[in-house]
Amino acid sequence: MFNKFWSDLSINQKLAITAWIFLAVPIIFYVTIRFYPTYEAFYVSFMKWNLLGAKKYIGFKNYFKIFGDDDFWIVLWNTIKYAVIGVPISLLISFTVAYYLNEIKFGHQTIRAFYFIPFLTTAIAMAWVWRWFYQPMPIGYFNIILSWVGIPQQPFLQSVEQGLYAIMAPAVWAGLGFQIVIFIAGIRAIPKSHFEAAEIDGAGRVQILREIILPALKPTTIFLVVISTIGFLRIFDQVYSMSEDSAGGPLNSTKPLVLMIYDFAFDEYKLGRASALTVILFLLLLTVSLLQLWFMRKQR
Amino acid sequence: MEGTLKNIKLFLFSIFGSIFIFSSLVANAVEIEYWQYTYKARVEAIDKLIANFEKANPGITVKHTNFPYADYRKKVAIAISSGDGPDLVQLYYGWLNDYRDSGLIQPLPKDAFSHSDIESNFFAMVSSMKVDGDYWGLPTAVRSLALFYNNDLFKEAGLSGPPETLDDFVAYAKKLTKRDGSGNIIQEGLALDGGIGQTHHFWREVLVRHFGGQPYSDDGKKIAYNNEAGVKALTYLTDFEKTHKTTSNGFMNRGQDAFAAGKVGLYIDGSFRISKFVKAEGLNFSISELPGHNGKRYNFSSFWANALSSKAKGEKKEAAAKFLAYLTSDEAMQIWLDTVGELPAKPSVALVDANKQHKLYGPFIRGLDYATATTFISEKPQRQAVVDAYDMVVLKGMSPKDALAKVAKDEQEVLDEFFE
Repeated sequence: MFNKFWSDLSINQKLAITAWIFLAVPIIFYVTIRFYPTYEAFYVSFMKWNLLGAKKYIGFKNYFKIFGDDDFWIVLWNTIKYAVIGVPISLLISFTVAYYLNEIKFGHQTIRAFYFIPFLTTAIAMAWVWRWFYQPMPIGYFNIILSWVGIPQQPFLQSVEQGLYAIMAPAVWAGLGFQIVIFIAGIRAIPKSHFEAAEIDGAGRVQILREIILPALKPTTIFLVVISTIGFLRIFDQVYSMSEDSAGGPLNSTKPLVLMIYDFAFDEYKLGRASALTVILFLLLLTVSLLQLWFMRKQR
Repeated sequence: MEGTLKNIKLFLFSIFGSIFIFSSLVANAVEIEYWQYTYKARVEAIDKLIANFEKANPGITVKHTNFPYADYRKKVAIAISSGDGPDLVQLYYGWLNDYRDSGLIQPLPKDAFSHSDIESNFFAMVSSMKVDGDYWGLPTAVRSLALFYNNDLFKEAGLSGPPETLDDFVAYAKKLTKRDGSGNIIQEGLALDGGIGQTHHFWREVLVRHFGGQPYSDDGKKIAYNNEAGVKALTYLTDFEKTHKTTSNGFMNRGQDAFAAGKVGLYIDGSFRISKFVKAEGLNFSISELPGHNGKRYNFSSFWANALSSKAKGEKKEAAAKFLAYLTSDEAMQIWLDTVGELPAKPSVALVDANKQHKLYGPFIRGLDYATATTFISEKPQRQAVVDAYDMVVLKGMSPKDALAKVAKDEQEVLDEFFE
């Protein structure tokens, strides 16, 4: 029966069916692993649930509790700080490195590899190494170096003011390799003729940078801004590994949204509250992505 | 003829007999599961106890499963609620309310574990496992706090013998602190870890009580430390870092690491830390009871209890109860002390002279006499309250009074949410 059905089909129909069979795998995967849990998160965000027992509908109570919680606003502000400060700094550094790295031939590959290695390293392992760098005097490298040049010891991770930046630094560092590679690819994609024309017209280095490279890199830059903004808004590993007791302290000063979600879900087993927070994070990320689409459309 | 009949009878009898014995053996071969978190000494101790138990109870086998502490609560919850998982499970006493509320465990059968026996045989803090007229679990071992001190640093500072009072404690910490030219601490007088580790217990159950208060109301529903006693206790604790500068949070990562490296004079921890310090090369330390105040002493105790999971039913429940009875026997307790270094949960085992005068365990065991086990609702946010209060005073310069008022409000919310 199947043979007859199959032989009756036209070649185009056969191609379509074959394509759908292969496409079905990722579609099923996405629906069950991504979309269904997302739907569940929305659903559970209106429930009171401790992972066991029955879910109890409580309307918007989870959201009210979150918005009435001072800690939430601190944590939201921290999350925004990670993104708003981390993204420009990392893009500035990675563009500068990419720009100069593109000009050198000797050792180009090796240096690029050095920048890329941190991106491949496990965030947890790296965060722990940095955690030790930040230690007070007898063991922390940064403080030992400071003491050589006569600067007083800094508390870094132990400080309400410095903690967030101390954790942001390795996150920026780890992302550099990826951004540099994308920037270099972007610069190389600019047609040679543009540079030649500019040189014939007598344009200097600064002019070439401002009038040719930067405008041509706009799509690349927007892409990187969005990718790394989402990355920083979802920061977790570094904070979890570097803050004492994984608590996002001192005094919640380094705690991002994702860590708060994790704590509610897997330490206090308030799955409803945690789900409501994921919905808020989802809306935040959605806004960022929509803004990107809007910018890109204007571009064309 | 008669003889043949007799032979046949005998033959049949022996066949039926052996079938009967065999089948009863098969019927009795019950397998139960025991779960705990992975910690080398604890795993070894349980393996030893299982071997002994199986020898004495040939019909029962015990399957021992353990996995990392970080996943423990999650896995237990998910496994039991889906009908798998342990018949007998280890839980931290502070999780009792949480486990009970979630329906993960069932009360111990009264016939096998009579209340009067429990109450006369175990240390008083085990009563925290009694809720709504039922016992929900029993420990093999209990923990208390004691003071570790570095003999070499004591000698160098001209000190002999441990500090006996809270005032001595401060004076000793000051004498044991060393700083470099620019004032950085290079040897800590007292390591506190900013409230993490055992310090929050020390504050709640020892300091608050020494200064005339108590951490919670008697029914456990209200915060009781937000008053003069609490403020005095928090001031005393934070002064080590803020005023006396004998303590620096994060010094050499953790207090236990710094103490093991011989860079700390005084350090408070539980008996389970002994094995780490014994192995630390070049470390010459002693242990004493926690310092007293106005002639009184207080201590904090905690324990891991063994509880019957709600999954255990019928013959598995019976077998699990039997194993639990063995786990809480005198013999098991002594094995646990020798293997893990945690203290026997019964005075009859703990308070024998050999244990009481033991150079290392003695101070902990003597501390059990005046120890209290806090009834936690949810340990992490409750610990965080003390850690935050400490940080507010030390890092933000808030007054202990304001800091305490703020965290008391947060912690009361945790309690209210549970009891509402």
